[in-house]
Amino acid sequence: MSAEATRERPLATKTCSRCGGEFGCLQGQSGCWCEAVELTRATLAELRASADDCLCPSCLEEFAERDRRLTEAQVRRQRGWAKALPHPAVRARGVSPLWAAAAALFVLAVLVFSLANGPLSIGVGAIAASALSHLPLVHVQSGLNALESAIVWQVRAPRVVLGALVGGMLAVAGSAYQGVFRNPLADPYLLGVAAGAGLGATLAISYAAAAERAGELLPLAAFAGAVCAVAGAYVLGRSVGGARTTGTLILAGVTVAAFMTAVQTFVQQQHSQTLQAVYSWLLGGFAGASWHQVLLMSPYVVVSSTVILLHRRVLDVLSLGDEEAASLGLNVRRTRLLIVAAATAGTAAAVAVSGLIGFVGIIVPHTIRLLVSSSYRAIVPLSLLAGAGFLVLADVLARTVLSPDELPIGVVTAFFGAPFFAVVLRTTRRVGM
Amino acid sequence: MSAAIEARELSVRLGRTEAVRSVSLTVQRGEWLGLIGPNGAGKTSLLRALAGLIPFTGTVRLDGNALETATRREVARLVALVPQIPQTPSELTVAEYVLLGRTPHIGYLATEKRDDRLAAERAIARLALRPFTERRLGSLSGGELQRVVLARALAQQAPILLLDEPTTALDLGRQQQALELVDALRRDEELTVIAAMHDLSLAGQYADRLLLLDRGQLVSEGAAFEVLSEERISTYYEASVEIVERNGHVFVLPRREDRACAP
Repeated sequence: MSAEATRERPLATKTCSRCGGEFGCLQGQSGCWCEAVELTRATLAELRASADDCLCPSCLEEFAERDRRLTEAQVRRQRGWAKALPHPAVRARGVSPLWAAAAALFVLAVLVFSLANGPLSIGVGAIAASALSHLPLVHVQSGLNALESAIVWQVRAPRVVLGALVGGMLAVAGSAYQGVFRNPLADPYLLGVAAGAGLGATLAISYAAAAERAGELLPLAAFAGAVCAVAGAYVLGRSVGGARTTGTLILAGVTVAAFMTAVQTFVQQQHSQTLQAVYSWLLGGFAGASWHQVLLMSPYVVVSSTVILLHRRVLDVLSLGDEEAASLGLNVRRTRLLIVAAATAGTAAAVAVSGLIGFVGIIVPHTIRLLVSSSYRAIVPLSLLAGAGFLVLADVLARTVLSPDELPIGVVTAFFGAPFFAVVLRTTRRVGM
Repeated sequence: MSAAIEARELSVRLGRTEAVRSVSLTVQRGEWLGLIGPNGAGKTSLLRALAGLIPFTGTVRLDGNALETATRREVARLVALVPQIPQTPSELTVAEYVLLGRTPHIGYLATEKRDDRLAAERAIARLALRPFTERRLGSLSGGELQRVVLARALAQQAPILLLDEPTTALDLGRQQQALELVDALRRDEELTVIAAMHDLSLAGQYADRLLLLDRGQLVSEGAAFEVLSEERISTYYEASVEIVERNGHVFVLPRREDRACAP
């Protein structure tokens, strides 16, 4: 191949970073002189580490001469050494330590802030002392009296932890849905989770309100409804022959959701006395949060977000489209089913304990995408943290703005979410999905 | 030693139409086979079937391995496919995109190891993309993108390279450069290449052998000067051309029919 053939732009004249002489870069046989002049890997690695920029061909030739004098054993040994050093630029950007620290700090600050704030303000120092006093082998006087301690550890703490679990879960599930469907507008409720959970909850409130343990039935019914809706959408999408195209799956989700919403509206109409209860459940919130709910919810969050986190590189492969992902050896259909199943289980569990909280699943992953990187290696883990922080923060606002009354948390997330969403829409081109 | 690709009675059905009808072909290791034929002749379907991406009937052996029983990952280690219009997410860097080519060598839930980064680095260097390593795909020109896509295919380290219209979006110079690169890679990396191409002159110059498809059937096979005849091109492409042979190469020149004289 001629030198002409690979030249993409007019010859670049460069100054050799070793001898200072001028030479034409990008002129070697395959573009770079380092490719044209034969050097051992070890020498290449050494030059990369020591030289600021390209070297001229004659300097490279000197190194090549040195290499040729090496004995075969030396070359073999040097190869082993050079093998350890791929160029630092050849890597997939993940979460930089800076962003990881920033996200962790955000979550921590929000957690402490929301433990301390409420109708009764409690000092951060006192809370810290109280937390330490619960640890074994640490002898610190708790800074809280019995009432304050109960407020912090039995009322606020479970609420904060539940908010963090739900927020993290919804954000991670949202990012997973966006990746799997290559659709920036996808959210965790895309395949009918919302309609299914709504129907389940409405049925429970309308027909089983008088039943024994009705309080435990509601989350169960919502969970079952959500899972059924997505399973229904998936089966419908498959039967149209369309698991191949993500579009059919989304349409199937829309179909199932429309049907379930119709049934839900009908049931509501028949039991108009339950409207208030259904409505307030739909808006979502953490008013009744308890450690029991945290316990109920956490296995789903742990399993679901672990599965999605492990798929972060696979989600990047899926961004090439189904066909190319398949040609790279991925079983696209099975992978999509697995990720959707994990995201759905987690979302359904979140909805079961907190109702329908909108926007978290869209805003958070998009913020990460805009601020940090569009690689799911960054989006998934950072969404987990940022989602947790965001929802806890929204919950603090929900319970303090109109204190002692509470705003529905869905109102807070949507109030901040809707304007944000407008910005996301305007910048979708930059998001480049 | 078995041939790189051996297909027998390969047929592909897309809905009600039979896109590929009973095509048999053998490609030797290191050979470049040019796939030509009019739009809708079944070139893309044939390539997708050989890459194991769509169901087919008949048998295909890749390097002696039966395609029907191989797993997706095994196939991806044998065949790299460069689609006609590859998806190139604009926010990915060149390095990240080329690293995705390592997928068949990376455990399902694992991430890249040192060897994968070295293979990607080698592919980047081989296609003269070092200066672009950290550039975003969205900031590259068409010719540069084409090299990046080839680098991804090279990083896959599959002995068989399938190219679907590799030069469609490129200008004349970039077309030649891309094909020269593929040819150099084929020689250096001992690859077997099947390329579907529209430009018959280029196809004839770069391929060792041409295979002419029409409505899913193999209608002619052989060296460029055997396959490319004015008569055949008029029959299958419904085109009026002039064939010029020069320096051992065959050139296909489109020719406007002389209009009949007006009365």
